Amino acid sequence: MQSEVMFAGFGGQGILLSGKILAEAAMDEGYEVGWVPSYGPEMRGGTAYCTVVIGDRPIGSPIIKNPMHLVAMNRPSLEKFARIVKPGGVVFINSSLISVGSGRDDIDELKVPATEIAKNLGNERAANIVALAAFVARSKIVDFEVLKKTVKAEFAKKEKFIPLNMAACEEGRKAASK
Amino acid sequence: MAKILMKGNEAIAEAAIRAGCLNYFAYPITPQSEVAEYLSWRLPEVGGVFLQGESEVAVSYMVFGASACGERVFTTSSSPGISLMSEGISYIAAAQCPAVFVNIMRGGPGLGGILPSQADYNQSVKGGGHGDYRMLVLAPASVQEAAEMTMMAFPLAEKYRNPVMILGDGLIGQMMEPVEFSEELIAEPSNKDEWATSGMDTRKSDKRNLVKTLYLVPEELNEHNLFLKAKYDRMEQEEVRFVSYNIDADYTALIVSYGTMSRVCQTAIDNLKDEGIEVGMIRPQTLFPFPEKAVLDAASKEGCKVAFSIEMSMGQMLEDVERSVKGRCPVRWYGKCGGEVPTPEEVVDVVKSNI
Repeated sequence: MQSEVMFAGFGGQGILLSGKILAEAAMDEGYEVGWVPSYGPEMRGGTAYCTVVIGDRPIGSPIIKNPMHLVAMNRPSLEKFARIVKPGGVVFINSSLISVGSGRDDIDELKVPATEIAKNLGNERAANIVALAAFVARSKIVDFEVLKKTVKAEFAKKEKFIPLNMAACEEGRKAASK
Repeated sequence: MAKILMKGNEAIAEAAIRAGCLNYFAYPITPQSEVAEYLSWRLPEVGGVFLQGESEVAVSYMVFGASACGERVFTTSSSPGISLMSEGISYIAAAQCPAVFVNIMRGGPGLGGILPSQADYNQSVKGGGHGDYRMLVLAPASVQEAAEMTMMAFPLAEKYRNPVMILGDGLIGQMMEPVEFSEELIAEPSNKDEWATSGMDTRKSDKRNLVKTLYLVPEELNEHNLFLKAKYDRMEQEEVRFVSYNIDADYTALIVSYGTMSRVCQTAIDNLKDEGIEVGMIRPQTLFPFPEKAVLDAASKEGCKVAFSIEMSMGQMLEDVERSVKGRCPVRWYGKCGGEVPTPEEVVDVVKSNI
């Protein structure tokens, strides 16, 4: 079994961090993991993406042409990557910033206004955690409690942000079950 | 010890400290700057020296100086930076001082790009600087292996009193994978009395140490080169390292590949197996010394019709593969050099269209 998740959005939306948290959660669950960032010239233009590979045996190629799932935080990312997702995968769409759908009927489309939810929680920057939680709740790629534990550990050095991010996890989960 | 999720660059930095190296001089360059970033806060924590030089040329001589004093020392850079350091590397090899150089390769020539590449194969393996010298070249294919090879590089450099290079492509530096660090090594090079110009009172022997690279008498210089050659021959005898994959199958084709590229090939080999096509692979872990015999043996196996050198360079390793295969079967090349890593699907197509 191997599964891949691509996280994509603007630089500054916490894309690389979302991917890292998912990879750490999967590692804690005993999976083999790899986190591959885009570090090419496109980062300087504003979009950022990374791919997390999760498997139950050592990961061969870290280069993934067709990921199983996509978490798209802005419209250019959805337009660029929706078509490469494998059939049956989850395509998360941050509907606060993306007014269109994936245009595919062979995937599980999950629309969540992540930016809006984070704003209502008091900090727009938690949108990536809302999105990650919603995605994990829908895809069940890792155990939700393990994810929460990993998010908490990530903010261990910035304790004042823990309540915000725990709330972001819960709101993301609720939004995914709607 | 629990596994930690780390970038290859960070794992190299941490591994160096655990190998007892407390001296790091460098100049930042993508895609390896995280090594410097990490060590800029980590080395002061353990009482080490972090110094950003004014250029890569200067850095290579800072490394030379520290090594000449008997200190464990290393630097990291990426392709254009290594070109600048090559002068110092030649001097360090000539002076027989141990040092570790890490090259996290980006596309070239010139400024090239910042994405993964393996185009510094010849520079590393055949000697990028002037003169008859060799570096022992280690090629990791994962973050774990990058950490292990970093720890291994220091004692190897001291054993041969020679620069050791860790040659990784950009992805090895940038990718995060779980890493587990092994037991810490001794902090001080055990044999440093052989070369260190650290003052007579600190040494047991009463022999005067002299670090030099100038030999104006032709017979002496020839003698020096013969001595160095014998050392490189000994590396070829004792330090060849490689990993084989699917080599017990009745394969019709053999792939030789290293670093990130070898992992892509490994996935391609799994996919080909599902289609009923068996392919074996030799992955060199040391590029100098090259696993000539392993490649020859694998290519000589009955039923092997073709060998491939699959590399992110324009056929640089191909020459070593051809040299090793000794005409037992045809050798083909496949690769890309722009920073794009070929996909498993591409490798599958290349194998299929050549068997």
